[in-house]
This record gives sequence, C-alpha cells and structure tokens, in this order.
Amino acid sequence: MILAIKLAFRNLMGAGLRTWLNVLVLSFSYVVIIWLNGIMKGWDYQAKNDMTHYEIGGGQYWHGLYDPYDPFTLSESHAPIPTEFKNEIENGEMMPLLIAQGSIFPEGRMLPISIKGIPKDQTILKIPTQKLDTLTDAIPAVIGSMMANSSRLEEGERVTIRWRDANGTFDAAEIVIAGIFSSNVPGAEANQVYVSLKQLQEMMLLPGHATILTFADEKAQRSEVDGWVLKPKSELTRQVDEMIKTKSYGQTILYGILLLLAMLAIFDTQILSIFRRQKEIGTYVALGYTRKEVVMLFTVEGTMHAILAALLATAYGMPFLLWQAKVGWTMPVDTSQFGMAIAPTLYPIYTIGLVATTVAIITITTAIVSYMPSRKIAKMNPTEALRGKLQ
Amino acid sequence: MEIIEIKNLIKKFPVGKGEFVALRGIDLNIGKGEFAGLIGPSGSGKSTLLNIIGSLDSPSDGTVNVLGKSVGALSTREAAQLRKSSLGFIFQSYNLLQVHTVYENVEFPLLLLKYDAEKRKKMVMDALEWVGLTDKVKSKPPQLSGGECQRVAIARAMVKRPSIVLADEPTANLDAKNSHNILQTMENLNKELKTTFLFATHDEKVINYLHRKIFLLDGKVEKDELIRSN
Ligand SMILES: Nc1ncnc2c1ncn2[C@@H]1O[C@H](COP(=O)(O)OP(=O)(O)OP(=O)(O)O)[C@@H](O)[C@H]1O
Ligand SMILES: [Mg+2]
Repeated sequence: MILAIKLAFRNLMGAGLRTWLNVLVLSFSYVVIIWLNGIMKGWDYQAKNDMTHYEIGGGQYWHGLYDPYDPFTLSESHAPIPTEFKNEIENGEMMPLLIAQGSIFPEGRMLPISIKGIPKDQTILKIPTQKLDTLTDAIPAVIGSMMANSSRLEEGERVTIRWRDANGTFDAAEIVIAGIFSSNVPGAEANQVYVSLKQLQEMMLLPGHATILTFADEKAQRSEVDGWVLKPKSELTRQVDEMIKTKSYGQTILYGILLLLAMLAIFDTQILSIFRRQKEIGTYVALGYTRKEVVMLFTVEGTMHAILAALLATAYGMPFLLWQAKVGWTMPVDTSQFGMAIAPTLYPIYTIGLVATTVAIITITTAIVSYMPSRKIAKMNPTEALRGKLQ
Repeated sequence: MEIIEIKNLIKKFPVGKGEFVALRGIDLNIGKGEFAGLIGPSGSGKSTLLNIIGSLDSPSDGTVNVLGKSVGALSTREAAQLRKSSLGFIFQSYNLLQVHTVYENVEFPLLLLKYDAEKRKKMVMDALEWVGLTDKVKSKPPQLSGGECQRVAIARAMVKRPSIVLADEPTANLDAKNSHNILQTMENLNKELKTTFLFATHDEKVINYLHRKIFLLDGKVEKDELIRSN
C-alpha cells in the first residue's frame, strides 16, 4: 500500500499539468462545498439567534386560540395572565404580550398591522421597549426597520392608528414613532407596531390580558397550563430549520454538479491512463504485480487526486474560508425583501464534522470513480498489454 | 540441472470462430547458466514461448516447468510471485517507467521484494555499475538514448539477481555499436552471476553471441545447436 501510494504520487507528478487541472477542479469543490455549508450553518445560527433575541426568547406559551397565520382569531385569542406565572413575570423571567389587529394610515394609505403590547421594562427581547417610556400626547410606538421602510415612517413621525376594542367598537388615536430597531426577523418587524402593554390593554379594554407569554430560560422544565399551549423554542424555530433544509436541497444539486464535473475529469483521466499506459500496466505485471494489484495502484493514483486537492484546498481555501468567517459574506441584494430571517451579512460557521464529511465524501467518490474504469485492467491480457495493442 | 523443462507444449489462440496454433508441440530443456536464444522468422512463436516461460501466458496443453514450478498450474498470485522473485524481463521497447528516474526504475523490483533501503541502495548501485550508468541515476528515460534505456532495462532485470532473464528482441531498436555493448554486458553478467539468459531474436548480431541456438519454425523446434557449453 505504501509502495502504491509512493508510485501513484510519482505517476501523478509525472503527469504534470493534467494532474493539477484535476486537482484544481476538485479543490474548488472542497472550498465551495465547505463555504456554502458554512454559510448555511451561519445563517441557521444567525436566524435562530435573531429570532431568540427579537421574537421568541427561550420559548413561549400561546393562548389556545392564537394562530399567527389567521389574524381574525386575534379578537378571541387572549385571556387573563395565569396566576401561576405571577412570580416569574415579576422577576422579569417571563413577559406577557397582547396582540391586536389594527391599521395605520401612513401618507393616507391604509396599512393593516398587528399591534403588540409589550411591557416597557422587559429585558427578554432586544426590542427597545424603554423607548415606549416617553411622555407625549400621542401613543409612543416602536417599529422595526423593515416596517419603517415599507411604511416610510421615520423616528418622531406621527401617524393615525385605528383598532377595534374588545366590545367591537372602532377607535382611533395618534402614535408617534419613538424608536426603530433592526432585527433581521420578519416575524418581529413586518407589519408590527409595538406599544406598551398597559397602553394596549387600555385601548382594547382588556386589562390583565395577554396573547403570548415569552419566557427567557429555554432549559427550565415547564408544565402545561390550561388554555395555553407550550411552544418550546425548537418548535418555534422549526420554520428556520425547514427553510434551511429547502435551501440545502438546492445546494445539494449544486454540489452534485460540482462533484460531477470533477469526477468526469477524474474518470476521463483514468480511462485515458488505462488506454495509454497499457505497456506500463504490462510492465508492472512482468515485474511481479498481479493484475489486481495494478488495479489497486491505478485506484490509489486516481484517489490521490482527492488528497492532493484537499492539500491545495487547504493552501488557498483555508485563508479564504477563515477570512470569510471573519468579515462575513454580504449578499449582493436587499435581503429585507426576502421575507425570511436573513441578515444582510452572513458569517459562515465551519465545524470539524462539516470539513471531515466533505473530505470523506469527495475522497470516497473519487476512489469509486477511479476504481470503476481501473477494473478493466484485471481483465487485460498481460502479453497484449505489454505490446500496447489492446482496445 | 534443468531450470526450464518444456514437454509437448501446445499454444492455441482463439482467432475469430476458430483457433490458431502458435506452438505445436515444443520439447525443450534449458539448464542453469545457459546463454541461449530462440531464433526464427517472424510469427514462428518465439515471443509466445518466451511469454509462457515467463508465466505471462499459459499453455494450452503440455507442461512447462520453470524452477520446478508448473507455470500452467500456478495461480495468478503464485505466477506473480515467481516473476517477482526469479524472473527478469527485457523488452524490445525497454518498457521503462517514464516518470521515474533511472535509479527508481532499477529500484522498482527491489521495492516489490520489500528489501530495506540500505540493501536496495547497494544493489541498485551495483546493477548500475554493471551496465555503466552510475552517472545517470537522476536522469529520466526521456532524457536517455536508446542504448542507455536498454542498459537501464538490463539493470532493472538483473538487479534482484534473478535465476532467469527473458529478453525479447532486446536489440531491435538499437544500432550495431549499442547492440554489441549491451550483449557484452549481458554475456559478462551471465558469466559472473550464472544467470540463465533466454533470448528471442532474429538479429544476426545477437545470434553471434549465443552459446546455444534454438531454431523455431511454425511453432516447432526445428534445430537445436549448442555452440559452446558453460
Ligand atoms: N494473442 C494472440 N492471438 C492470436 N494470435 C496470436 C496471438 N499472439 C500471437 N499470435 C500468433 O502466433 C504466432 C506467433 O506469434 P509470436 O509473437 O510468438 O511470433 P514471433 O516469433 O515472436 O514473431 P516476431 O519475430 O514477429 O516477434 C503469430 O502468427 C501470431 O500472429
Ligand atoms: Mg516476437
């Protein structure tokens, strides 16, 4: 085996440019696959991280009737905050949120929105709720930058808000944009207006009510509460997982194409080698190799492309990948229009497992692709190979 | 002592639907240290016979014993072992490994035999000394002349001190001067190391060096002439 590796290495070096072209193509596969996977991991991490900080905390209790995809349920989906959470809420480990349907009228257009009542002094989410603590004649409100962009509202601007209270009566008031935050989380920004919880409870005539209870600690053992559904973090981030999974399918196709190109080059090289190097094959047999050992030699030789490619990929890919992890990758398009939790700059995350799997997959694929044409050697007649007369 | 014993060897090749009989009953014994040659016109079966003796091909009928082993009965592994340990080949077109240096080419059979580095180095340098190429160790075959290539091939065949060297038309690509040069080298090695040489040739220059001339015609031994015994 060691001899085969040594011989394979010499033969590859002897083949010169051809070898390096194959190795270059393969090394490219390594770098692209690791980089793209790293971006996906980074995206997954960022999306979940941002969601944790701006939307879901460590998990939530939802009112039994709350359905985020059906705004018409909002008028029903609220209830007094369960007493067993009183302590936690007072300690700041849990935070009630009341959600109501409403509209605002920026520049005279009507924009349907969700009004979220959030405690001014909460620390579970990074939404700048302390800005709701301003004294003005209008209702202080905070919105996300996606919302600010789509409604063209700026800080300090005033806009009319309209809602329907618990009795079904329409009412209107003026809000003032007290703060704008940026979170990359569409669920926390798109068509959402945050006012103080007390304020909304008054507006809705629902004192002490909430729609969602967000808690900080995802590890804590939680029990079911009547009328409320426990939504652990893993369930709330499932959408992200699914989105990443869908994206990964697309990527797998890309990897497939990349690998296919590299493998075609290797396959072609192997076929050509076996055809052009018949005399050499015959010579190996004459010198005392069995044909099976020659098959092995050619397989090792082909597979070594993958090893050399890994080395080359380390040489130029490592600095690139590390640099990317540091400065991140800024998407060339406006990501806020994507409607998914994606930051404008993604920081790839590479794991040992990712690198090891990539190397293993490429090496094994290369080995198989090298082996397949080499099997032909086992059927060669050595005397004909020696004369170089085989077809 | 006979190291090659051939009895009633028949070799048939399938050709189209029928078959072609290349060797039609060869009986031949070759002893240790002989410097013998198979002589005959093109197509007389010289290469075929040499390949069977070299366990690269198998007999259709009859027996061929090489160093006491019946080559027709050997498994591929055993045949490879026989070639690796006891047989040296020299080819018309040298068959050197092009991307390896002269040194590496000559070292190759010793690597297969798993000799240690020190032993290999000494044996390679000895072999290169025999053929007068110690100054070309780092060259690669494409940089060498035809004569030099064939001398490397001789060194490679001889380096493991095999019992038998089989040489198929070793001078066919060489000019007269180079031919004489390598033949003298081989004759000397035959004398010093008692290696058995078996040639296949129709080159007059080679024939003149042979100590025994075995004439083949249409797959049969036509004449067997001993010029001088060892
Ligand atoms: N694999 C094969 N299939 C069919 N016929 C073959 C095969 N190998 C050799 N022959 C035939 O057997 C005969 C003997 O061939 P061989 O190569 O042994 O001749 P040779 O004496 O070495 O000739 P040359 O001097 O031209 O090398 C030839 O007629 C050749 O066509
Ligand atoms: Mg011949």
